[in-house]
Amino acid sequence: MGELRLMKGNEALAEAAIRAGVDGYFGYPITPQSEVIEYLMSEKPHERTGMVVLQAESEVASINMLYGGGGTGKKVMTSSSSPGISLMQEGLSYLAGAEIPCVVANVVRGGPGLGDIQPAQSDYFQSVKGGGHGDYRLFVIAPASVQEMSDFVPLAFDVAFKYRIPSLIVSDGLIGQMMEKVELFDPIPRLTDEEVIARYPWATNGKPKGKERRILTSLDLDPHKMERHNWALQEKYKLIEENETRFELIGCDDAEYIIVAYGSSSRIAQKSIQLARKKGIKVGLLRLITLWPFPKKPIEEFVKNGIKGFLTVEMSAGQMIEDVKLVVEGRAKVEHFGRYGGVIHSPEEVLEALEQKLIGG
Amino acid sequence: MTEEIIIAGFGGQGVLSMGKILAYSGIMQDQEVSWMPAYGPEMRGGTANVTVIISDERISSPTLTAYDTAIILNQQSMDKFEHSVKPGGVLLYDPNGIIHPPTRTDITIYKIEGAKLAAEMGNTKIFNMIVLGGYMKVKPIVKLENVIKGLKKSLPERYHKLIPLNEDAITMGMKNVIEN
Amino acid sequence: MAEITLQDIIKPENLVYQKTKLMTDKTLSYCPGCGHGTAHRLIMEVIEELGKENDTIGVAPVGCSVLAYEFMNVDMQEAAHGRAPAVATAIKRLWPGKVVFSYQGDGDLAAIGTAETIHACNRGERIVMVFINNGIYGMTGGQMAPTTLPNMKTATSPYGRDIDMMGNPLKMTELVSYLPGTYFVTRQAVHTPAAVRKAKRALRMAFQNQIDGKPGVSFVEIVSNCNSGWKMEPVQANTWMEENMFPFYQLGDIKVDGKLIDR
Ligand SMILES: Cc1ncc(C[n+]2csc(CCOP(=O)(O)OP(=O)(O)O)c2C)c(N)n1
Ligand code: SF4
Ligand SMILES: [Mg+2]
Repeated sequence: MGELRLMKGNEALAEAAIRAGVDGYFGYPITPQSEVIEYLMSEKPHERTGMVVLQAESEVASINMLYGGGGTGKKVMTSSSSPGISLMQEGLSYLAGAEIPCVVANVVRGGPGLGDIQPAQSDYFQSVKGGGHGDYRLFVIAPASVQEMSDFVPLAFDVAFKYRIPSLIVSDGLIGQMMEKVELFDPIPRLTDEEVIARYPWATNGKPKGKERRILTSLDLDPHKMERHNWALQEKYKLIEENETRFELIGCDDAEYIIVAYGSSSRIAQKSIQLARKKGIKVGLLRLITLWPFPKKPIEEFVKNGIKGFLTVEMSAGQMIEDVKLVVEGRAKVEHFGRYGGVIHSPEEVLEALEQKLIGG
Repeated sequence: MTEEIIIAGFGGQGVLSMGKILAYSGIMQDQEVSWMPAYGPEMRGGTANVTVIISDERISSPTLTAYDTAIILNQQSMDKFEHSVKPGGVLLYDPNGIIHPPTRTDITIYKIEGAKLAAEMGNTKIFNMIVLGGYMKVKPIVKLENVIKGLKKSLPERYHKLIPLNEDAITMGMKNVIEN
Repeated sequence: MAEITLQDIIKPENLVYQKTKLMTDKTLSYCPGCGHGTAHRLIMEVIEELGKENDTIGVAPVGCSVLAYEFMNVDMQEAAHGRAPAVATAIKRLWPGKVVFSYQGDGDLAAIGTAETIHACNRGERIVMVFINNGIYGMTGGQMAPTTLPNMKTATSPYGRDIDMMGNPLKMTELVSYLPGTYFVTRQAVHTPAAVRKAKRALRMAFQNQIDGKPGVSFVEIVSNCNSGWKMEPVQANTWMEENMFPFYQLGDIKVDGKLIDR
């Protein structure tokens, strides 16, 4: 068993970055995720693993540092919260276009605008529909515990490098700020420069002797070539949909109703389900682990097996519900419940919504 | 077993660290724990609160609206949380600064003179440990030895010399908690 | 006497000048007479002469030189508009033993990317920053740049740059010279053989500084023409540049070995 610690989600993410063998972290402070860079600076990762940690002048700079560093084949990471992630959208589009692996973490807060610093899940559209320009996708994964804030860091890097795609870890102020027990994974050593060179022939780290130079760009002025590049991206995305979709089913075996939720909301919904079961309501939870690729299959299965209805629970005005509806295609009732703007719904409110919107309605 | 606790008072009373010690003790006895503070401007205004859950099972929601136990250390928190204790639950409070004592009859109410005892022991910083002792007496969920282990794990080495003092404070709290 | 054929002339011992192999054979996409091509060539020559072709990573901007990576035969990354200094920062931090340079226009470096420029310079990143100042946005069709001279006509200052309304031209190079993180700051040109020789010397010093691990940015501005944007013939553009740009953007070293030059 790995080392046990009581940590905040943000701290677990930072510690996981060091242990995952990250080469460079570039970030800019913003609540509720500033503990990430604070923890990193206090841990002196330069001494622990040789990892570079740099406080950038803005989120715009951070994301472009990921472009530069990731483009050399190194493991690079940043984290921020909603307004900062908005600033990164152009960079994310470039990273996706040039197919540069990296990991970005968004500890979401209430919006729009400056909003507040309390937990929210209102960045779903931005995360999975492409907040930046162009036809691109990110691998989007949503931890629901401090443990997963740690575990998903190496996972996000694995997928990022396997498919040369930016990974986005989407949590929120609740998971970032809360402390839970974490079992830390054993450190993965950073790759040596030689290993990076051998492993990633696409990376720009100095033209190999006697070989062609490497270029990383997202530009091609010939629209036909650009279309071909887009086709290749779409092929890759299809592959990721096939191989990397993740979800969890809780208490669904005999369920007549399904709550669909991710991250913090899935934790709260679990409590609602316990309360509902006490009242004899047969309800289960489909917890989304990846937000993109979106877990379509379990929803399709529920519909085929004659589920009575879905309640999507998110701390937003109803964003993820659209993806559920796209799968359900009108074959079952789909309702939304959520508080937002930084307000966290209570387990009781969710139960009430379930009773009123699905069962009673 | 699942114990859902809210600890609420002023910033600086050690509310958050008391919750942390409790959570660490839970880990020391192989339980699941969560610690969720109110963060941000709410804290700057002077009040602080934290939800701590200790359970034998995987913890669902880390934020709650009803608690098995409320540990209340100022009037604002009394106003806010007295009615959030589940029927049959426990409310533990320090009467220092409380103008309107709790009135509920469907819960068990305990008093601990934490501030007064800390002053008598000559160290106001151990106030939260006295209150923790009171809690441990009325709700024997975390064992003293595990609290000490938790302290050792969470405190930097240079503070380990303060552990005996903390242990004394806990014992003091255990002895002096009284039912209302 | 036998007649001399072309074959007799094309011999290694007769060679006086050869295109560096670090420029690809692609036809340059720049307008005839534009300074970008010359600046590319000088950078590549210096890298070849310093023996660093296998250890160099270049960062191209958004601007007319967006396709610099098509011509410069080293590992290259194409950055978002204005962000080359951030991109280069991370590359150098993660590969401190490699040679890293950024190449940017005035819109890229001194407008949209001002923050990245100032902060890379202020942090003292050990990179070379090449800055092509042509007083205009060439790529997008000749709009006003932060460096556009007072009264100069552009597509977005069709009656001339009105200082009251549009603000003053920005001397970015002087500005960064005051930052402790710059080690070598110079302003050059590439419009005459003499200027080219000087510019190359400056570039060599800049790259040598980086190879020697000198603390801080080596910042090389090249005042260049944009005959298309300025709506002039190439020769006329060079004359206009000498008469109008150089008095305002004075050529020469500004900071050497970390010390400001008394000018
Ligand atoms: C975010 C963004 N805004 C605007 C543009 C359009 N754009 C491309 S190049 C350019 C200006 C380039 O001027 P400069 O940097 O001076 O380079 P030059 O072409 O003069 O060499 C602009 C505004 C862009 N590509 N991206
Ligand atoms: S538009 Fe101006 S800067 Fe661009 S290639 Fe032509 S002359 Fe050069
Ligand atoms: Mg220009």
